This record gives sequence, C-alpha cells and structure tokens, in this order.
Amino acid sequence: MAGAALLGRLSWQVAEVVEIIPETPTVRSIGFEVPGWPGHRPGQHVDIRLTAEDGYQAQRSYSIANPAEDRRVVLTVESIPDGEVSPFLVGELRVGDRLELRGPIGGYFVWEPGNGGPLQLVAGGSGVVPLMAMTRANAAAPGPIPTRLLFSARTFDDLIYHAELEALAGGSLEVSYALTRSRPPDWQGYDRRVDFEILERSTWPPRDRPRIFVCGPTGFVETVADTLVAIGHPPGRVKTERFGPTGGPS
Amino acid sequence: MPPGQYVTADFPVLSAGPTPRIPPDEWRLTVIGRDGVEQSWSWDRFRSLPSEELTVDIHCVTKWSKLDTMWEGVSLDVLLADFDTSAGFAYIECYGGYTTNVPLPDLTGGRAWVAFGYGGAPLAPEHGGPARLLVPHLYLWKSAKWVSAIRLVDRDRPGFWESYGYHIYGDPWREQRYSGD
Repeated sequence: MAGAALLGRLSWQVAEVVEIIPETPTVRSIGFEVPGWPGHRPGQHVDIRLTAEDGYQAQRSYSIANPAEDRRVVLTVESIPDGEVSPFLVGELRVGDRLELRGPIGGYFVWEPGNGGPLQLVAGGSGVVPLMAMTRANAAAPGPIPTRLLFSARTFDDLIYHAELEALAGGSLEVSYALTRSRPPDWQGYDRRVDFEILERSTWPPRDRPRIFVCGPTGFVETVADTLVAIGHPPGRVKTERFGPTGGPS
Repeated sequence: MPPGQYVTADFPVLSAGPTPRIPPDEWRLTVIGRDGVEQSWSWDRFRSLPSEELTVDIHCVTKWSKLDTMWEGVSLDVLLADFDTSAGFAYIECYGGYTTNVPLPDLTGGRAWVAFGYGGAPLAPEHGGPARLLVPHLYLWKSAKWVSAIRLVDRDRPGFWESYGYHIYGDPWREQRYSGD
C-alpha cells in the first residue's frame, strides 16, 4: 500500500503535551494530543520541529510508540548526550507545552495484526519503540498473532517498557532479553550481545516464515539482519530500521 | 545548509533491509536505453573507466547532513556516453530490490556518479558498496545503494521510498521531504 502518498501534503500541526511517563533514567514517553490527527499504523514515525525565540528551527524524526488512537500520538524519546532536540524533549518538556509535529511518515516498516504472522521483532535499545507499537496493537487485537520479541539493552535499567512487556508476555507473546553490559544477580536472560546462537534459540525458524522487523543502532541491526539471512530467512522478509548516535529515527 | 538539516560527523546508515553482499565477480552494472538497447559492465570493465575524485556535502531526509565527504566514482556522463539521453527520466534498480527515480537531466552534466570509493577506501557494503549512485544535490535516498541498473524511460514513476510518501523529486534546498512538500 502506498501509505502517506495517498494522504497528500503532510502539514505541520500544533501538538499539546498531555502526558509524560518516565521509562528509564534517560528515556521518557510523551503523549501528545493532535487535533485532526489522521491516525497512524504501528511502525510509522513523525517529525518534530522546535523553534527557538530567535527563530532557529530544529527537526528530528521519532517513532510512534502507541497503536492507532484517536488524536493521540505517544513518542518514546531517548536523551542523546550533546543532542540538540532529545535532551529538551526528555528533560524540559512539560504537560501543557506545545510544539509542531507532522506525520504519520513511512509505510514500509509497518505491521498491523491484519498483515498476519508469525511476527518476529528484534530490538536494540530504543529501537524497541516502533516494535512496541506493533506489540501493543497486537495485544489489543481480537485474535492476536503469535509474536516473539528479542530485546537487547545495555543494562536492566535500560529495558524500556519492561514491566508492560512482562505483563503482556505469555499467551501470544514471548519475550527474550539480552543484557550486554551488566546484569542483576538473579538474571535469567541472555548475558551477551545478540549472536547466531541467541537468534537461533529465541526467534522463529525460517520454516515458520515469520515477518521480521529489526530496529536499533546501526551496528546492532547490521549484525542481526546478516545473521537472520545466514540462518536462512529470505532477505525480503527482514525489514530494518537503523539509527546512529546522531542520525536517523530514534 | 538546506533548511531543517543539522550537521553530523557520523555517517549514519539507513537501509530498509539486510545489507546485500555482492561478490565483485558477480557484480554487473547495466544501462538500458529507451529503445531497449543495453550496455553492461563487469566490475573490471567498470573500474577501467575514467573516474573522478569529488568532495561534496550530502543531505539525508532524516535531517542529517555531512559536509565535505570525499568520494571516487565514474561520472554518469561516461556511462551514458553511447545513449540517447533525451528520455525524461531514469529508473534506478539495485541489488536487494531497492529502486528510485530521478529526472535524467539531474544525472547528466557532471552532477551524478556511480561511486565505488569513500574517504580513500573501497565503499563499505553498508554504505552501498561495491558501488552506489551518488546524486549529491538531491536527498540521499536518491543516491541508491548497490545500484545494478539505470533504465532510461520517458515516463516518471515512483521508486521505493517515493511509493511510501517520500517526495517524487527530493530537492533538499526546497525541503522536498514528503509528497506534497
């Protein structure tokens, strides 16, 4: 489907902050009310534009974290050290503040329950955000699609949405974690960077023909996507979204 | 700097799928004329064509720009020398299935290259190696990675990102990010 191409011009809209949820020490979710929001699909993103008093403007892209809801857009933003926009969004933005936003953008890295499965999600750090929109949409669907999520982060405290994922897990959702830098003493998950063995043990095998979405930092996505192809998944089934320390949707 | 962009020292990677790995002995670049006549280069023949070193700024639709990037590549003027370039458009096809569209006048006159070197080294696979299109005056999604074919056509049609709502032309100086901009 041609996505936003059908919607015509994407105009800047004023969005008001209606909710702020701390997620980790460096990440928070920000709920916006956007009058006239046309709705979105899980995996899409928006552009944010900030304007300083002297007229200087800065734009960035952020993935949408919530499934389609009337007029509501939730972004989960990680504060990037020395970033121009994210430290403001994470550290200074308050309920009632307004900023400019436009979207939804993107139509390839998108999944809805109607697209079928099984669904394989692989997240590195804040790359979990668009995958969470898919997970939440799936959990709310009448007949949820069998889904596996493999989520890698540096430390336990960096696992965005951990409590919600634990509550959703079981039934149609299986979640595996890999912590690369440090682990709690009683940690049951993987204790290293995602590798061939972890992917083979915790993701759908090629014979199940999963739809695969991988999102995270560039190096993580390169490794995971290459390994999934090596395991035998057709490259066309592996959809990726990469971001660098200062670039790309995050 | 084009509007809405910021400078980064990194070279972020944005690709829709796994990075294709194309062994040089399997690599080919093909130009297909509007009359259906094709010309195809093996890696060795391609690399024996005259090449240029160039230093350009590049602008990604995701807002980052990188200044003074150094490339080595073969000018499209060289690759299209034997073709009738009165066709209006080029449709670009790539290893891995990516496509994009560019008006043909934007690819001629020393404005576009098939690049195989970056920063004095072979172009890395994640950045489009062994060779990618380089059209620095348009947003970088037009500089298709892993290019395999350049089709000269009379009618414009959207490529991969253009079909998902990105601008049909993509001029960063006019901030043509999305359809309708």
